[in-house]
Amino acid sequence: MTVNGIEQIVLYLIILGILIKPLGNYMANVYEDKNLGLINILRPVENIIYRMSGIKKEDEVSWQKYATDVLLFSLAGMVILYLIQRLQSILPLNPQRLSSVPPDSAFNTAVSFVTNTNWQGYSGETTMSYLTQMAGLGVQNFVSAASGMAVLVALIRGFVRRKVNTIGNFWVDLTRTVLYILLPLSFVFSLILVSQGVVQSFHPSTDVQLMQPFVSANQRVSTTEALTIRTQTIPLGPAASQIAIKQLGTNGGGFFNTNSSHPFENPTPLTNFLELLAILLIPAALCYTFGRMVGDTRQGWAFLGAMFVIFVPLVFLDYYFEQQGNPYLSSMHIDNLGGNMEGKELRFGIAMSVLWASATTAASNGSVNSMHDSFSPLGGMVPMWFIQLGEIIFGGVGSGLYGMLVFVIIAVFVAGLMVGRTPEYLGKKIEAFEMKMASMVILIPAALVLMGTAIAVIIKSGLAGIANPGPHGLSEVLYAFSSAGNNNGSAFAGLGSNNPFYNTILGIAMFFGRFWLMIPVLAISGSLAKKKFTPASAGTLPTHTPLFVLLLISVILLVGALTFLPALALGPIAEYLISIR
Amino acid sequence: MLRTILSATVLLIVFTIITGIIYPLSVTGLAQLLFPFQSNGSLIMREGKPIGSLLIGQYFDDPKYFWGRPSATQPYSYNASSSSGSNMAQSNPALPCVIKERIDRFKSPDSDNSSRIPIDLVTASGSGLDPHISPAAAEYQIKRVAYARKLEEAKVRALVAAYMETRQFGILGESRVNVLELNMALDGLK
Repeated sequence: MTVNGIEQIVLYLIILGILIKPLGNYMANVYEDKNLGLINILRPVENIIYRMSGIKKEDEVSWQKYATDVLLFSLAGMVILYLIQRLQSILPLNPQRLSSVPPDSAFNTAVSFVTNTNWQGYSGETTMSYLTQMAGLGVQNFVSAASGMAVLVALIRGFVRRKVNTIGNFWVDLTRTVLYILLPLSFVFSLILVSQGVVQSFHPSTDVQLMQPFVSANQRVSTTEALTIRTQTIPLGPAASQIAIKQLGTNGGGFFNTNSSHPFENPTPLTNFLELLAILLIPAALCYTFGRMVGDTRQGWAFLGAMFVIFVPLVFLDYYFEQQGNPYLSSMHIDNLGGNMEGKELRFGIAMSVLWASATTAASNGSVNSMHDSFSPLGGMVPMWFIQLGEIIFGGVGSGLYGMLVFVIIAVFVAGLMVGRTPEYLGKKIEAFEMKMASMVILIPAALVLMGTAIAVIIKSGLAGIANPGPHGLSEVLYAFSSAGNNNGSAFAGLGSNNPFYNTILGIAMFFGRFWLMIPVLAISGSLAKKKFTPASAGTLPTHTPLFVLLLISVILLVGALTFLPALALGPIAEYLISIR
Repeated sequence: MLRTILSATVLLIVFTIITGIIYPLSVTGLAQLLFPFQSNGSLIMREGKPIGSLLIGQYFDDPKYFWGRPSATQPYSYNASSSSGSNMAQSNPALPCVIKERIDRFKSPDSDNSSRIPIDLVTASGSGLDPHISPAAAEYQIKRVAYARKLEEAKVRALVAAYMETRQFGILGESRVNVLELNMALDGLK
């Protein structure tokens, strides 16, 4: 680990910390319909949208109706995105004349982007036309992120409201999130990205004459003559506008195949720093928004405390692992002190690659700036475990915090059991119904991950995708299902997953990993909103204290460790033990 | 139910227009106006023709040029229309063999160079298009380039120093040299 690397990580944490309060405050203003300053100029647009789509913004609905609205909106999104991909070849803005996306890949990608996972089975520059990228994938980047935030806000209302049946209006929460939060941030951010060299153009790709033509050993003109490569095709496209939202909305689906390691997606250390900041910005700030909306900002800071206490040590641990040279190369005549550089970009170095790998998996972003498959065994286990913790250490926008709130419910329940009292949180009694729903939220992703992995490794077409032999092969499959079942989207990308088997099974995992969590969360919200407020008494467990933060951390780590340690022992841990033999 | 489906569909269409068309188009308009060079791929022009992008590496194997990092793009190195990393695990038994080949490639025109090869020269980048090498990787190649060009090492070293990019704002990222830029400057040396 270098001094400079540590400095960069600390600088990142400080700047992130500074931005939490102002943005958190602003988002609370959005959801409480308060004055938004300059952004007020967009108010007429909001009203026009409601008028066009026949929405009455005063209408408040039950949790069942809210859930129906989310589901129907997402299903409609899936159908439209699927059709755009299947009809791509006859639609406009396709200068590379790309053919339509095959059905299994189109299904996988449609589910992937609607569920805010953004798993990429395809390669962006050779599969998706400019129109598909911006009007298909780009739109879902906005609305899937906004759906997650809307559900969070609905859950918060459950805690705040007393003895009512309604938890808000999905269409209004969705529209305000897109219009007042995601769109303005993305607009400014994309222009900063372009200034550093991210492409934003509708020109087709450009051929350049190579400075030094070379002979390609792999390709032949005839049996005797190898092919000489004289040109390079420079891809273009409206990338910056897409990248801004894919970072801010914890989407993570890259414009190009190698995502944010591609020099056109992430050209300089500054863009890298800002894209990294964008990953955790909204999920972190939403904790403050939560605190303000429930009328006690200490509750939000308590979550942030738990998140940082888990996040920071794992980042440094991962940094340590990746800074070690590859032990299998120690006998070679190379300077191995530079760390594990296979799959990493030089301009970012080890520190910023590792910080990214941690942030993108802690939040359910899933974009990458280095290839996680080439990480050292334990260095790759850290990002995988971040995903398996359930995407709640920051987590996806909205979805991370509602996942965290479920863990809070479990934590107060555990604490209640210890003292034999009905547990309560923020003045609401936590009873059997809430606990059932909370258990579902925790068990479903775990089941998707472990059962999906088990199926894939006993089926021929599942095994066929594995790229690296030995325990690492299992890690590739385990990572894929962890990523899909928890809606992350990053991969151990060696796994050949763009085939009917993986496209289908991962598509199903992503679908259930998203909506089978959203529905119980909304059910909790509906049940809580009906309850009366119980004032705190001497026996009430305060939930903003270091003691409670510690309890919360223990619950999270215990669930994460107990569920996945056996599987991890067969993958990354076995791989590590073999490497030090 | 039907009303909800209708609302959902209309709302989706409205958002497609706002976030999928108006947003990228207005960003493109402003980008082309304010940053025409960057938004079109940072292309380097010579005599009116593009000869490369400042941000995308190119493959070099002539000893008189500096060479970039290994690239895992298919079917040939530095294929910019198909970015890719190797995705090889540390424990993959094929990796040491690949790295051995990468070492041999540097050793063969430069057999009397006894220093250890910097790690970035024998590991494939994440994108396969990394335009940079580390200062140590440039230093390692100075002797070979100077010999092939019949130049003094000091002169080449000075050129490398002139093209060295330091950490952004003194803290972000790593020090590096852009291989394409450096090679163009080498060709320009008299």
